[in-house]
Amino acid sequence: MSANSVALAYLGAAILFILALKGLSSPVSARRGNVFGMVGMAIAVLTTLTITHNVTYILLAIAAGGVIGAVVARRIQMTAMPELVAAMHSLVGLAAVLIAMSAFNNPVAYGIALPGEALHFSNRIELFIGTFVGAITFTGSIIAFGKLSGKLGSKPLHFGGQHWVNLLLGVVMIGFGIAFCITPSWTPFLIMTLIALLLGVLLIMPIGGADMPVVVSMLNSYSGWAAAGIGFTLNNNMLIIAGSLVGSSGAILSYIMCKAMNRAFFNVILGGFGGGEGAAADTGGVQKTYRSGSAEDAAFMMGNADSVIIVPGYGLAVARAQHAINEMSKMLTEKGVKVRYAIHPVAGRMPGHMNVLLAEAEVPYEQVVEMDEINNEFADTDVVLVIGANDVVNPAAKTDPHSPIFGMPILEAHKARTILVVKRSMAAGYAGLDNDLFYMDKTMMVFGDARKVVDEIIKAIT
Amino acid sequence: MNIVDPFILNLTVFVLAVVVGYHVVWNVTPALHTPLMAVTNAISGIIIVGAMLAAGPEQLDAGTIMGLVAVTLAAVNVFGGFLVTQRMLSMFKKKSK
Repeated sequence: MSANSVALAYLGAAILFILALKGLSSPVSARRGNVFGMVGMAIAVLTTLTITHNVTYILLAIAAGGVIGAVVARRIQMTAMPELVAAMHSLVGLAAVLIAMSAFNNPVAYGIALPGEALHFSNRIELFIGTFVGAITFTGSIIAFGKLSGKLGSKPLHFGGQHWVNLLLGVVMIGFGIAFCITPSWTPFLIMTLIALLLGVLLIMPIGGADMPVVVSMLNSYSGWAAAGIGFTLNNNMLIIAGSLVGSSGAILSYIMCKAMNRAFFNVILGGFGGGEGAAADTGGVQKTYRSGSAEDAAFMMGNADSVIIVPGYGLAVARAQHAINEMSKMLTEKGVKVRYAIHPVAGRMPGHMNVLLAEAEVPYEQVVEMDEINNEFADTDVVLVIGANDVVNPAAKTDPHSPIFGMPILEAHKARTILVVKRSMAAGYAGLDNDLFYMDKTMMVFGDARKVVDEIIKAIT
Repeated sequence: MNIVDPFILNLTVFVLAVVVGYHVVWNVTPALHTPLMAVTNAISGIIIVGAMLAAGPEQLDAGTIMGLVAVTLAAVNVFGGFLVTQRMLSMFKKKSK
């Protein structure tokens, strides 16, 4: 194909990618959107095939990667989505580094240098940027993967003067990058790449488990910028457009996650939270009293209610109670109770994770409502069932300026007429904070494993 | 007037794509943020195009081998990303009556 037809085919693929993202504005149009995305990718790949040699090898490589991808996509558990996503970001990062090295190895083949001439100056800068973003994405995502999958501890790792070491490394890396731009040779290029790989590790290590939704979103963004950076190097609009779409998507998700946790982005990036630091909750030394009841009591209260809102947290997924809770809400619905689920943006381990976990358990998505939409309705609700969630319903976020989570948006469960909390014990939540919701007069604690309690509730609903 | 530097053209495309991305992504319903991440993962697999170009030159050398490795890595993303998105989206069902 001529260069012009290739560029036009890329334009078509880019439009299809935009339509793929647009489809996600509603579950109804989302699947068609995904098909648009696949068609776009097919067009981009087939078009590129017409302008390369080694077609057999390339097809073999695609087939090998494709089989791995397809098997993983079929087998992966929905609770493990964050790990999968992190692992895939690392692949994009590594691919970007490899492409950059290949381009530097033979710039003439890419049409970015004339035979016998060195790489154009602006191409050197682009190559440098594409490489270090790719390298940081690669190792950073591996660390994030390790933390999310529990292979590395989720506790933040600190050492003295960490920020200074990172800053120094960053400066040295840029120094070698500039050296590379002035005299393009392998030595500064490789040193720069190695430092970037190390920086990826050091930047993600100190970030705690609670902040992982932000980190995953951020790495998502980086993987897009890495693709766009390579696009600049190769003067390839397809890579620039698709990379920027991904980059801005990840950036927006990071922003949404930070806002939902009431955390400044730079605070998260610099690390520290999520490991209990500064979260020593003062119980005031006063023994507070709470009321506890049985699963039968809970079944009775919900069975006689007009409306029930379920607040699920990640603990629900850990206990594998999603299917049981759907069973329970079906039975309540049959009794004429209006059942809905209230989702906090950071319920789960990545943006929108809880929605997927509930969808997997066949909870109809009309019953699943986002925080902003449902918060006004708690006051008119008979029973709220908090299950596997804690900090996202802690009223201290609204009332106690001294609380570390003050200002974080919460689900206003405390406004309901009755609150049921299913919990293993009175132990504190992820942020290590006590929760006043548990000590309210209208709150009843139901102790036990989420799955068992829900099963008992199901038995007791008649 | 001279011909515009390719960098400026690239920058133009880049900025416009970021603006489009910004507007489209804000319209994504929060319930579908996980599928959004999965599909953007697949789309960032577009780096496969760069990888194919790296694997494309006629003679096989270190550069083309690296390109082929990159093609394999990116293909994992492309297939894995789109298929897992499809799997997730097929779970989002309306109430069955």
